[in-house]
Amino acid sequence: MPDLLLKLSLSAYAFGIVAGLAAARRDELARLAGAGAGLAAGTCGVAAALSELIGAPGKRVAFNLWPSLLPHLRLGVRLDPLGAYFLLIVSALAIALSLYSFGYVRGFCGRKSVGALAAFFNGLLLTTTLVFLASNAFFFLIAWELMALTAYCLVSFEHETKESRNAGVLLFIMSHLGTGCLIAGFLLLFQASGSYEFESFRRLGVHLSAGRRDAAFLLFLVGFGVKAGIIPLHIWLPAAHPVAPSHASALLSGVLIKAGIYGLTRVLFEFLGTPPNWWGVTLLSIGTVSALLGVLYALMEHDLKRLLAYHSIENIGIILMGLGAALMFLHTHHPILATFALIASLYHTLNHAIFKALLFLGAGAVVHATHTRNMEEMGGLIKRMPKTALCFLVGAVAIAALPPLNGFVSEWLTYQSLLLGFGTTSSLIRLMFPLCGAMLALTGALAAACFVKAFGITFLAQPRGEPAAQAREASPTMLAGMGLLAAACIFLGLFPSALVRLLAPLTLELTGQRLALTSGSILTNTRPLGGTVSTLGIALMGICLLPIPLGLWLVFARHSRVRIGPTWDCGLRGLTPAMEYTATGFSKPIRMIFKALFRPKREVQREYDYSPYFAKTLRFDSHIEEPFVRRLYRPLNRAVLRLSRRMRTLQAGSIHAYLIYIFVTFLVLLIFAL
Amino acid sequence: MMTFVATVAQALLLLALAPLLTGCIRNWKAKLQNRRGPRVWQPYLDLLKFLRKDMVISEHASWIFSAMPYVLFTSTLLAGLMVPLVTVAAPLSLFGGALAFVGLLALGRFFLALGGLDTASAFGGMGSSREMTLAAIAEPALMLAVFTVAIQAGSTNLSRVLQAAQGPGWTLLNPAYALAFAALFIVLLAETGRIPIDNPATHLELTMIHEAMLLEYSGRYLALIEWSASIKQLVLMALLANIFFPAGIATEMTPGRVGFSLIVFLGKLLVLAGAVVLVETTNAKLRLFRVPDLLGVAFILAALALLSTFLFQ
Repeated sequence: MPDLLLKLSLSAYAFGIVAGLAAARRDELARLAGAGAGLAAGTCGVAAALSELIGAPGKRVAFNLWPSLLPHLRLGVRLDPLGAYFLLIVSALAIALSLYSFGYVRGFCGRKSVGALAAFFNGLLLTTTLVFLASNAFFFLIAWELMALTAYCLVSFEHETKESRNAGVLLFIMSHLGTGCLIAGFLLLFQASGSYEFESFRRLGVHLSAGRRDAAFLLFLVGFGVKAGIIPLHIWLPAAHPVAPSHASALLSGVLIKAGIYGLTRVLFEFLGTPPNWWGVTLLSIGTVSALLGVLYALMEHDLKRLLAYHSIENIGIILMGLGAALMFLHTHHPILATFALIASLYHTLNHAIFKALLFLGAGAVVHATHTRNMEEMGGLIKRMPKTALCFLVGAVAIAALPPLNGFVSEWLTYQSLLLGFGTTSSLIRLMFPLCGAMLALTGALAAACFVKAFGITFLAQPRGEPAAQAREASPTMLAGMGLLAAACIFLGLFPSALVRLLAPLTLELTGQRLALTSGSILTNTRPLGGTVSTLGIALMGICLLPIPLGLWLVFARHSRVRIGPTWDCGLRGLTPAMEYTATGFSKPIRMIFKALFRPKREVQREYDYSPYFAKTLRFDSHIEEPFVRRLYRPLNRAVLRLSRRMRTLQAGSIHAYLIYIFVTFLVLLIFAL
Repeated sequence: MMTFVATVAQALLLLALAPLLTGCIRNWKAKLQNRRGPRVWQPYLDLLKFLRKDMVISEHASWIFSAMPYVLFTSTLLAGLMVPLVTVAAPLSLFGGALAFVGLLALGRFFLALGGLDTASAFGGMGSSREMTLAAIAEPALMLAVFTVAIQAGSTNLSRVLQAAQGPGWTLLNPAYALAFAALFIVLLAETGRIPIDNPATHLELTMIHEAMLLEYSGRYLALIEWSASIKQLVLMALLANIFFPAGIATEMTPGRVGFSLIVFLGKLLVLAGAVVLVETTNAKLRLFRVPDLLGVAFILAALALLSTFLFQ
């Protein structure tokens, strides 16, 4: 059954690509075909993934997409629990995003090729699905490259703007850097196993020398890290994700970066065997730094979609913290604790996909309505787009890890896995984990501040610009897409036991353990006395307590009246939107406190006649540049350019010189052959 | 059934006791400043007055403005039900421990800050911005101190933490507990908006943090917000008092034990309130950008607390 569903899903995506291209001239038809294909494929994909994860462990689904033409190249597809879990993520998002795209893409009708957009979108879904299902390294890399290519097409879809083109190129270069590392890594594994099949890589680590294993780890870390957007390999992410059409941004941030997490999990837990300690330390440190810096840079943004993109870096950091903790537990031979940390990390992977997609869709609806990504020109949208605002609020509460939504559950699991470190005898773990936990707390609180800003400045108060004042509510299909994801946020928050059960076959395969962490609606850490939480209980108790304030109202305030009046304006005549707090102003205290990190540059120009206190015009300019760009990438860029200029003298254009090169190469090869 | 009774009793205790604690602090503070000060019952009368009054709501406000007091009130009360007050077993300890407690307070704060932004007032925005910033800076110290205590107990469940603290010796002599207490005391001042960090009695909009967010609130909404602030203060103080000075708390549910424990609990609260009053009267409010230094000290103290768990075992 999953066999058939999977084939149906893949062919539906393929149909979406073909139909999109075929109907390139007829926008309405392409829109319908693109959304319909994605919807059907997503539904089949979810069903296939669930039947693999819930169903009895039987024969694994495995088939070839196409008969093999070349040696080593087998287009094999295989559904195992880890792949099925990520298939679930991509398919679930495909349903919501396709629904949304039906309404959203209308904005491109007549302006851009809707057919091409539908084809790229379904193409990205198809290739991402194949990445999660590929059964050998060769096919995996092909799917990986196709995924990067379609992502490039979507990022530079609006290629009229320089920003999109530059972002696309940056994505392209960084992505290839990563792929290069992956190829090298897989070749290392191939040398030891003699086959490209993932099955032959299983537990390969024991046959590798320590040096090779470490080299493979580093190569995979960089290769998958680029895709995941870990700091300092992240610079493409905040550039590329915001410029794509919003449903594509949601897919890029929700699923594509998770391909990196998928790869890391697959390689570290399945292929490379018991890890040395420094692997876990590295992942945990990178995770902590990415989480903290990601949220700090997000706070400095006033471009709504860029802000969300930086939050993806933050959440990848949180996921990596869980993975790092799991590796360290594996090293110290605590498979149960490792499993717990792995569950935390994978739970957060799904949660982040859901709420980040939701937030990107909400941002897309806002951008669609106001034609700007700049939060400083928004405001008051909760009155004009109430449903979008509600969905965005659900996403914001979820990503800020507030109870009782899903972000809280997975961060709770992450905290617990860090705290469980104290049960071990390793002093490194016992010291490092609580400190990382404290940094996670800082990250979480800053994320809450950031989403107060993102929601408050965008949706609350008075509109700061004409387009925001004229904004209209998103179309029904867009709302349906967002509503679906918001419902998923609530469901995954209130019923964690459902997901923990889904993860059991997966952890059984990766760490040999299955944990029953739930009893009823109560989630425990591995020991029953170690700590419990019940989000459902919290939510229900909250509802039970609500009669108290409402009762107070009935008892005391029945006769009080409510008057609508102007906001207190200090006796001036009327507040204008210009007097409201801005996004930049909101994050100013944080900018000041972390001055040493941000090094903000500000320029103030005043023109005045008599006294500087009575300025006629005032120009204020402030910006922040990431140190990585300045310190790492720019010098690197310059060095590469300098090197290529040197190399150019070789390519002088003289045929005589070229003949000499050929001759010398020939000689060298001959010498080698002898 | 027992849990139900305990839940209702604790909720009533929280609701009834919180304004009294606020009143005591205000009264004592005034006494120390050579003023006569309001009576300790004044907060009850204030609440009653606010509840009866008409409300003026800003024309720019949305439903967030009206929903906020309810969210804040219920989330704070819910957090309070997870903390053991007079018995070791907190009524809702199964539904969440230290982490859920911190999360629920954060939920209330999230909506409080949104409420501040909702009315298009610059003061509200300023208050929200500062509140969220300071909360963020205080969070790592809070969590690290909580972790240290939780690690000692091997559990994040606050009732279990309390049981572990009830060992044979006085736990405060354990350096881990002493340092964590110092860190949490600073965090307590920050979280409840007390003087070196925020001035609860200020009427100058530019120096306000908590009050600035409430500037547009009136009537019963204001009553709910003020009440939640009192409850939050009570709960945080109770947490400190019970974890670090666990003596006298009832381990069984017999009326005699519980009654004795209640008296001891009130005594502990009053001592802690006295300490807060002393700090408030002997210190000046810090400049906003000096506050991170103070909270940095709290973080260092909490980190030392963690380190000392290695040294003294």
